Amino acid sequence: MSTSGTQAADAVEHEAHGGHHPTPTEYVRIALILAVLTALEVSTYYFDFGRAGIPLLIILMVIKFIMVAGSFMHLRYDTKLFGRFMYTGLGFAIVLYTATLLIFVVDANQ
Amino acid sequence: MTAVAHSTTMGLDNRKLGMWVFLASEFLFFGAFMSAYLLYIDTTNRGPGIEIFDIPFTSVSSFVLLMSSLTMVLAHNSHLRGDMRRMRLWVLATAGQGMVFLGGQVYEFTVFFREGLDLTQSPFASSFYFLAGFHGAHVAIGVLLLLGLYSLSLTGKIKPGQDVKTEIIGLYWHFVDIIWVILFTVVYLIPELRV
Amino acid sequence: MATMTAAETGQSRLRPSKPTGFLSWVATTDHKRIGILYFWTVLVFFFIGGVESSLMRAQLAQAELSLITPEIYNQMFTMHGITMVFLVVMPFAAAFFNYLLPLMIGARDVAFPRLNAFSYWFYLFGGIFLYSSFFLGGAPNGSWVGYAPLSSDAVSNMAFYAVGLQILGVSSLASAVNFIVTILNMRAPGMTFMRMPMMVWMALTTSFLLLFAVPIIAVALFMLQFDAVFDAQFFQPASGGDPILYQHLFWLFGHPEVYIMILPAMGIVSEVMPTFSRKPLFGYAAMAFAGAAIGFIGFGVWAHHMFTSAIGPVPRAAFAVATMFIAVPTGIKIFNWVFTMWGGRIRFTTAMLFSVGFVSMFTIGGLSGVVHSIVPHNAQQHDTYFVVAHFHYVLFGGALFGLISGVYYWYPKVTGRLMSEKLGKFHFWTWLLGFNLTFGPMHMSGLLGQPRRTSVLPGELGTTVETYNLLSSLGVIVLAVSASVFLYNLLRSMKHGEASGDDPWDARTIEWMTATPPKVHNFDVIPVITARDEFWHRKYAESDQHIPVAVPVGASVDHDEHDGDVGHIHMPDPSLWPAIHTLGVMPLGYGLVYANWLLIGIGLVWMVAGVFGWIIEPLAEGDDDEPALVGAATH
Ligand code: HEM
Ligand SMILES: [Cu+2]
Repeated sequence: MSTSGTQAADAVEHEAHGGHHPTPTEYVRIALILAVLTALEVSTYYFDFGRAGIPLLIILMVIKFIMVAGSFMHLRYDTKLFGRFMYTGLGFAIVLYTATLLIFVVDANQ
Repeated sequence: MTAVAHSTTMGLDNRKLGMWVFLASEFLFFGAFMSAYLLYIDTTNRGPGIEIFDIPFTSVSSFVLLMSSLTMVLAHNSHLRGDMRRMRLWVLATAGQGMVFLGGQVYEFTVFFREGLDLTQSPFASSFYFLAGFHGAHVAIGVLLLLGLYSLSLTGKIKPGQDVKTEIIGLYWHFVDIIWVILFTVVYLIPELRV
Repeated sequence: MATMTAAETGQSRLRPSKPTGFLSWVATTDHKRIGILYFWTVLVFFFIGGVESSLMRAQLAQAELSLITPEIYNQMFTMHGITMVFLVVMPFAAAFFNYLLPLMIGARDVAFPRLNAFSYWFYLFGGIFLYSSFFLGGAPNGSWVGYAPLSSDAVSNMAFYAVGLQILGVSSLASAVNFIVTILNMRAPGMTFMRMPMMVWMALTTSFLLLFAVPIIAVALFMLQFDAVFDAQFFQPASGGDPILYQHLFWLFGHPEVYIMILPAMGIVSEVMPTFSRKPLFGYAAMAFAGAAIGFIGFGVWAHHMFTSAIGPVPRAAFAVATMFIAVPTGIKIFNWVFTMWGGRIRFTTAMLFSVGFVSMFTIGGLSGVVHSIVPHNAQQHDTYFVVAHFHYVLFGGALFGLISGVYYWYPKVTGRLMSEKLGKFHFWTWLLGFNLTFGPMHMSGLLGQPRRTSVLPGELGTTVETYNLLSSLGVIVLAVSASVFLYNLLRSMKHGEASGDDPWDARTIEWMTATPPKVHNFDVIPVITARDEFWHRKYAESDQHIPVAVPVGASVDHDEHDGDVGHIHMPDPSLWPAIHTLGVMPLGYGLVYANWLLIGIGLVWMVAGVFGWIIEPLAEGDDDEPALVGAATH
């Protein structure tokens, strides 16, 4: 029953999954990094980072996001299609809602 | 019929693909609640505002949720290796951490409520409770799924070969965690810096 | 069928049960039966929505009439709008997608058959839930857009709207996921994206639109409902809330929604036109990408519904331009349909007539749409009957014409019989006449200032406007006659229609290649696809002058040899659980409307228990990933 490979266009993704899942040790290492990053985030509450605070928080958030999605959700090892779905949804959300909020602001400034 | 992954067009498991498709749409769901929250962050109607947050407390529960992703992925890993006993252990651990997070949220909401942050108090209050609450509802559904997974694997209904089931529940769980990564920063930490 | 004969070997191992009767429909997970359920339910709601609009037109036939009270009028236009949009056009498209997608891509069912049943039951219960409001203190009366803060006030009864649409949204979201996975992952071997029938492309685009648009309105409805029932403060100006937020959220969903309604019809027309022009679809790739572009840009124009609301000049300009831009891919589509017909050997069957009707009426509606996008014009037209004329030209003249075209086209596929062409043509011409008579004059009366959503036609607008309104109301009578003929034709032809054979239209796509009506498992042998319009290429070779020459029966063996996958056919089991599970949404819904925690609790427990029953239900042929052979080794 090997009819699946017949589509050259789609077959690229084929067999992309299943392969190399990280080992438990690697997972633990990732979790440790995540823990450190979270500690760093929380530290902005206790220490004054000045103007750097908000950008730092955003960068940390993005890194954590990518790490969880990439390793725990296997985006790095799975077919690219899954990542495309996720980032399409995320992209749509960011663009649409930013635009909406901007409309409120632009309006308020008149 | 749901076919075995290797006889599908793209060589992907239908259920996994379906879960990813669904998760893509969830961003739009949480994004809308978040826009409302950002829009109303200062609209407190003379009630409590963001100063009410207890950052240390929320940090701890956020941390617990984050670490539950680790146990989730370990559960899946055990299932992959056919080690159902370990898998069940990690699943229970994950569900347990989820419940700790939920307990934390219930406690947090109760405290806020006592301090005058009522759903009907202000647009800020409504949008905060909705945003955090709907995330909590997602966690609760996740806990139910995990407990289901646990009991079905106990009865032998979920077999060692069916790791996709653990995997898709894991995907959902990690997604809910990821959303909290965003919410923790955007709802709690950044506003706190702004003051 | 020449292409089928080799394959009867698979029969012996088919699932034995092919039950009939009421329960078999409740438990069905067969995409074809679910499609049929959708279809009949749609017809019922279409009738109800039609009655509501007739009441409105009767009331507006002359100035200053008082046939129905303003309260009733408000309920009528609200329920009419909700019904036509959410209970007729959208599920009508779902009926087609359900029935046809697996057949068109060469699959045996959708990816998640039980989830498919779940979608149908959610739709049905959502509709019943909405209509039950008539017996529970009055239907919603705050219009289909449900603008806050009016809609959060108890007088507008919009709690039913908020919860009802939420239920329907779940249905749509579930089928969107289902169709996306089906199309991406369950195509027959060789069915590449660029070989898919255009209908499948449009289904894919529509599903993605639903996927990203439904969650947005879900949020808006949650907020609205909590404002209305639990005193939340999202849209209450008294505490600083901003009703404009509701408008944004609604239209962030609402504009993609109009493409959700029109794209399926465009898909149908793109199948009907090539068949009856005996030519391939002109500009296939352009058609597919224009559809995707429409869907994509469709997310970026929502604020054109808010030009007269609180948005500043910069957004106004930006959204006006973006809106006009959508006319480009839309224009591409229209020209491609025209070029498909150009030079073809056209057969004006009823299906074809409705498709031509679609293109022409939709073009009119599209043009008045461009007019709306011009901001100063918009200020003049907003909330007048000009807008009512516009959206009926795209929804009725567009979506509904296309969908009806599909009914005539695929009726023989479903029933094995043809609908009467004579009655069909009568239906078409009276439908076209009645439609234009009803909605054409609304352009004029709107420009002369007749306000929309107003229960009495104001006398001071003058006799010209009155005449236009009388014409509109007379048009409804024509439409009613026409619709009755359609219904008669539909019912009669099931028994007395001419037998159609397997391929009555000399069609191009593979759903016509299998038995008519199709067997439960659709194809005995899953065909291997080697070309766009596969079926056509199996039937005809081209002569030197590009004129199709029929291939003698049995001569296309080269295909047959490669058709794969006979052996074991695993069809989804019937299951009662989707229906049982979704029924729990009724107590939950009423609980939410009446803030009754007991009902909410019952509903939640019911639904969770339902899911549980669903999951542990034994599958007759083993589990999905453990039928027999596949073990831990696969991963
Ligand atoms: C059967 C023939 C139909 C007639 C006679 C008809 C007539 C009307 C009338 C008189 C109104 C009220 C206008 C107002 O007071 O503002 C209306 C509104 C509306 N109609 Fe139809 N209509 C028909 C079919 C359809 C169809 C097929 C659709 C397709 C989706 C549709 C969608 C709507 C919508 C969305 C509204 C707006 C409701 C609102 O203002 O909230 N109608 N129609
Ligand atoms: Cu629009």
